[in-house]
Amino acid sequence: MKLGRISVATIAVGVALGLAACGGGASTATGGTVKIGIKFDQPGLGLKSGADYTGMDVDLAKYLAKELSLGTPEFVEAVSAQRETLIQTDQVKFIVGTYSITDARKEKVSFAGPYFIAGQDLLVRADDNSITGVESLNGKKLCSVKGSTSAANVQKAVPGVNLQEYGTYTLCVDALKAKNVDALTTDDTILAGYAAQEANKGLMKVVGKTFSKESYGVGLKKGDTAFCQKVTDAINKYVSSGEWQKAVDKNLGPAGYKAGAGNPPTPAPCS
Amino acid sequence: MGELFASYNILGAFGLTILLAVFSAIGSLLIGTVVAIMRVSPIDFLNKVGAFYVNIVRNTPLTLIIVFCNIGFIVNLGMSFTNDIARNNIIWAIIGLSFYHAAFVCEALRSGVNTVPVGQAEAARSIGLTFSQSLSEVLLPQAFRGAITPLGNTLIALTKNTTVATAIGVAEISGLMKEMMEFRADLIIVIFLLVAIGFVILTLPIGILTTRLSTKLAVKR
Amino acid sequence: MTSVLFDHPGPKARVRHRITAAVSAALVLLALWWALAQFKEKGNLDAAKWTPFLTADLWVNYLLPGLQNTLIAAALSIVLAGAFGLVFGMGRLSHVPAIRWVSTVVVEFFRSVPVLVMMFFAFNLYAFNGVFRSDLNPLAGVVTGLTLYNGAVVAELLRSGVGSLPKGQTEAGLAIGLSRGQTLRSVLLPQAITAMLPALVSQLVVILKDTALGYLITYQELLNKFQQIGSYKSNPVPALIVIAAIFIVINYALTSLASYLERRTRQRGRATIPKGAIGPAPVDTQPIARALHDADEEVLHERYRAPGRTDDEHP
Repeated sequence: MKLGRISVATIAVGVALGLAACGGGASTATGGTVKIGIKFDQPGLGLKSGADYTGMDVDLAKYLAKELSLGTPEFVEAVSAQRETLIQTDQVKFIVGTYSITDARKEKVSFAGPYFIAGQDLLVRADDNSITGVESLNGKKLCSVKGSTSAANVQKAVPGVNLQEYGTYTLCVDALKAKNVDALTTDDTILAGYAAQEANKGLMKVVGKTFSKESYGVGLKKGDTAFCQKVTDAINKYVSSGEWQKAVDKNLGPAGYKAGAGNPPTPAPCS
Repeated sequence: MGELFASYNILGAFGLTILLAVFSAIGSLLIGTVVAIMRVSPIDFLNKVGAFYVNIVRNTPLTLIIVFCNIGFIVNLGMSFTNDIARNNIIWAIIGLSFYHAAFVCEALRSGVNTVPVGQAEAARSIGLTFSQSLSEVLLPQAFRGAITPLGNTLIALTKNTTVATAIGVAEISGLMKEMMEFRADLIIVIFLLVAIGFVILTLPIGILTTRLSTKLAVKR
Repeated sequence: MTSVLFDHPGPKARVRHRITAAVSAALVLLALWWALAQFKEKGNLDAAKWTPFLTADLWVNYLLPGLQNTLIAAALSIVLAGAFGLVFGMGRLSHVPAIRWVSTVVVEFFRSVPVLVMMFFAFNLYAFNGVFRSDLNPLAGVVTGLTLYNGAVVAELLRSGVGSLPKGQTEAGLAIGLSRGQTLRSVLLPQAITAMLPALVSQLVVILKDTALGYLITYQELLNKFQQIGSYKSNPVPALIVIAAIFIVINYALTSLASYLERRTRQRGRATIPKGAIGPAPVDTQPIARALHDADEEVLHERYRAPGRTDDEHP
């Protein structure tokens, strides 16, 4: 059985090597490019549009890459649940992806910003006047995305709500149009982006009564104060030069979205 | 461990898994039998429809079928059984699982029909039984007995496949497992073993039972 | 087979059959028409939702990269599952009870646990412990889940492949002085693997279908793309239908290949393991292992009388 043992061992080593090869190291800035995490499925904010990427977050990401001379941006999809991991393991230099600054997240990553203040809101059909805010959701069908805090927030306020959860908001939008759900909840920016899409124009409206405050920040490696400071300065310049307003108008304007109170925010100092 | 049971409804989620498995098993057995009859029937059109169905379903990922049950049937075709979204998704998960595994039940039954000697069919016809009579009185009873092993395998696969229902938000055990793992990263291995052993407990008896039954019920020839 | 089930239809039966066929065809068409009407009402038959699929844009930037990831995961899984299956399949045929028992427990365990449960476990385990580069975690999770389950199935295939060979093969191998390990490797396995080929290709269909579970752990495979396409062109339903069609075409081709291989192997007069013969049910392994063991025992006794040779020292 000697041969047998050797071949078994060979296979085992081969498997281990194969797996190890998959786990090779990575660098964030190679050959004049910089990896930036964005959302791929949020029109108006971060959307993969064919070979290109569009949205308010994408514009800021491009601006930061240029302003800080980091290189050509290479965009990586930053799914909500994986954002901290992406930063912690150096997969991306930073993330601009409707990333709300929270205390829980601050334990794992640092934030520069906020660069935008949004709030949780509701998206309903244009001809539906029965929903005017969270309190009118009792007995209504609400749609949100799996693992998001938006749904949990509403469920806490209105226990009687009938909740459908999908993997992405676009399915919620379809269900809303098909009158299968009555409302879709998440940040008003994301809602506005969907409402402004070509196929959805005039079919739905944002209720406009936010019930939370979401401060979007640029997520970066915890404790990298020097880089945080550079990003903060760049954000200040972004706002003062008028680029910020341009980006908001260009990306969220078509939805009739007006940046709410507190915008543009003053970035918090880096610590 | 006790802490896990206290803060998460593990038994409830397993209960839903069992519920999905039981109803889908009944559904797939019924649909699969009908399709199998179509596949052996003298009517060419039904035969082709049955073959088409089996080929399409067998070659489509179950995840896709389950997702389509929600956005295709509920959202686009407006086929809702109840106003309660969660319950509606459970019902459609059962329907999706039933239709998917019906293709495998059909193939199992066809292999069962193949174990019946040609002489049985000829004898049935020669004493004047019609197609439906010879099928229901002579062939299918033997085919079911001959198909116990593949049917048992399908039942085991079905029990495990109920986990895919999480794709449309049905609160069965795998979805709960994912949630537990995200909140209790320190207990990942314990959580996995808990769920895995739960499935071993669910599926092992089916395997042993079908092995026993297939020898006990085998048609002596 | 079907022809023996019913008599050749006479004139009356033919009419009856035709009526049944017409009625059922009408029912099928009616259901289709109704479904299409509903899809049209929801706007899912609008040209604007379908024409994007005629552009290179969607294929180059979404569908083909998704398909590539699906195929990568499937290819890695089939190779690793083959290795896993070989190790534990041989383990289950071992004459050392401990190895046999361990292999049996491992194989039966991984056949009983849902692939999705293993994927969730592997994905979270890797992600929280930083085993792989974080963008590879979803791929690693998918491949681990598929390898463990399908490896266990391949182990079973291998065992029943060896079991399906005539006992004379083992006896002949041992008779010409090969050790049991050598008999297994150079006589039984090559034949078993040939017999397994159709079943292995069918297993590839299972693997390819199951890569779609990666959708649930954010692996960027084909099914996942319907979300990105749907967000981009507001057409998740048409995207899902196109992706289903791609899956069906590929899997149908593989299924046909499996049937072809099975036919060809059978024509050459070799035994095959039919597709789907190996399911998750525990199979009694003892007879095969015992047969191997007993046969070997006799030969060993014979050999003991010829001093100076031990089992393991063949060149």
